[in-house]
Amino acid sequence: MSQALQDLKQLNNIPEFEERITEEEIKYTAPALDVMQMNVGRLCNLTCKHCHVEAGPSRTEIMDRRVMEACLAVCKEQGIRTIDITGGAPEMNPDFEWLVEEAVKICSHVIVRTNLVILGEEKYRHLPKFYAKHKIEVVCSLPYYQAKEMDRVRGNGTFEQAIEVLRKLNALGYGKEEDMVLNMVYNPAGAFFPPAQNAMEKEYKSRLWEDFGIVFNNLFTITNNPMGRFEAFLKRSGNLESYMKKLSDAFNGATLPGLMCRFQVSVGYDGKLYDCDFNQAADLPVMGGAAIFDMQGKSFEKRRICFANHCYGCTAGQGSSCGGATE
Amino acid sequence: METYYNPEDLAKFGTIGEESPAPAEKFFDYYGTVFAEGALTAREKSLIALAVAHTVQCPYCIDSYTNDCLNKGVSAEQMMEAVHVAAAIRGGATLVHGVQMKNIVKKLEL
Repeated sequence: MSQALQDLKQLNNIPEFEERITEEEIKYTAPALDVMQMNVGRLCNLTCKHCHVEAGPSRTEIMDRRVMEACLAVCKEQGIRTIDITGGAPEMNPDFEWLVEEAVKICSHVIVRTNLVILGEEKYRHLPKFYAKHKIEVVCSLPYYQAKEMDRVRGNGTFEQAIEVLRKLNALGYGKEEDMVLNMVYNPAGAFFPPAQNAMEKEYKSRLWEDFGIVFNNLFTITNNPMGRFEAFLKRSGNLESYMKKLSDAFNGATLPGLMCRFQVSVGYDGKLYDCDFNQAADLPVMGGAAIFDMQGKSFEKRRICFANHCYGCTAGQGSSCGGATE
Repeated sequence: METYYNPEDLAKFGTIGEESPAPAEKFFDYYGTVFAEGALTAREKSLIALAVAHTVQCPYCIDSYTNDCLNKGVSAEQMMEAVHVAAAIRGGATLVHGVQMKNIVKKLEL
C-alpha cells in the first residue's frame, strides 16, 4: 500500500471505506466492461496544482505501441463500447494519433481528455481538426469560467489560451453539431466540494456564452480525490483530516451502484491494470496485479474491486466519476 | 471557557432543540425550506446568506456560508462583491440617518 493510502487509513474518525459497502455485489465489477480508460502517459505541458497523477513536463512515463496494441486487441475481443484516452496530456504521447486512428476503427465511442492549452501549441494545433475528422468526443478540463481562478490552478495565461482553443473547437462544430460532442470538466480549486452538477452547468453555459460566445454539451463536476498533488496540498495546508471527514460524512450509499470502477478497466502507461485512474495514482493495481497482456485472448471475468479510503472521493454527495456526478 | 466562540460548537447547532424541541424543530424545518432551490437558486441564496452573515457578524454563519459558497462554485471575487453589498447597505443605513440629524439641526439652529 502506498504511503498516501496509509496516511489516509491512519486518520481519526474516518471509517474504513469498504465497511460502508453492505451489498457484496457492489464490490465486484459488472458482468461486462463498458469502458477501457487508457492513461497513455504522465507527460504534460502543465503542472496543475490539483493533478492526482502529478503529471508535468518532466515526467517520462509514456505508453508504448506494444501496450496500445494489446489494449485495442482486448477492446475488440470483449466488445468494449468506449475507449477513454487520458494522461498527462495524451496528445504528447508520440503514438497518440496512431492510437486514435486505430481506436475509431474498432470502437464507436472514443473519448480524449484534453487540457485545451496543449492544443494551442504549435506542434499540436492540427489536432482539433483531427478530432473533428474522427468524431472524437472531446472532454476538456476548464477549472472555472473566469481567468483568475483557472490561472491560479493551471498557471498564468492558461485560461486565455483555453478560450482560444474552445473557440476553434466551436468553429469546427464541436458543442453545436449532434456528433461533435464537447464536454467540460469542473474540479473545485481547493479543499471543498463541487456544486450540484446541473446548477453549475447552467452557470458555466451562461457565463461562457455571454462572456466569450462559447458553447458546449455537458459539464461534469468531479470531486477532487485526495491523491497526488491535491493530497500534498491537503497535507501542507492542514486540510487533509477535515477534507476526509467531510468526504466521509457526505458518504451517499446511493452512488455505489454507479461507481465507475464497476464498469471499466484502467490501463497504466506500462500496461498494468487498475480499477480506476485514482487507483493508478495510489499505486493500487487490480487484485492479483494483472497487466493488459493477461486479458488478451480470454473472456472477461468479474473482478473484485480494490477499495481504500480515497474512494470516498467518488461517493460524497451527488457522487463523482470521470463522467461527472453519478446520482 | 477559553473563548465565547469555538469552531466545534457550530456542529452542535442542532442541540439547541434539547431543551425546547418543538420550536427548534419548526425552525430547522423552516430553515431547510428557505434554502431549497426555488425562484432563487440555492447558489443565489447562499450568497445572500453570506452577505447577511457579515452584516450580523456571526462567525458561525460566515464559516458556514463561505464553505457553502465554495461548494456551490462561487469564486472569492463573487463572495467579496456580496460582502461589499452588505457593507454598502450598512454604511448607507448609517449615512441616510444623517438626514434626520440634519432635520433636527435645521429645526433647532438659528
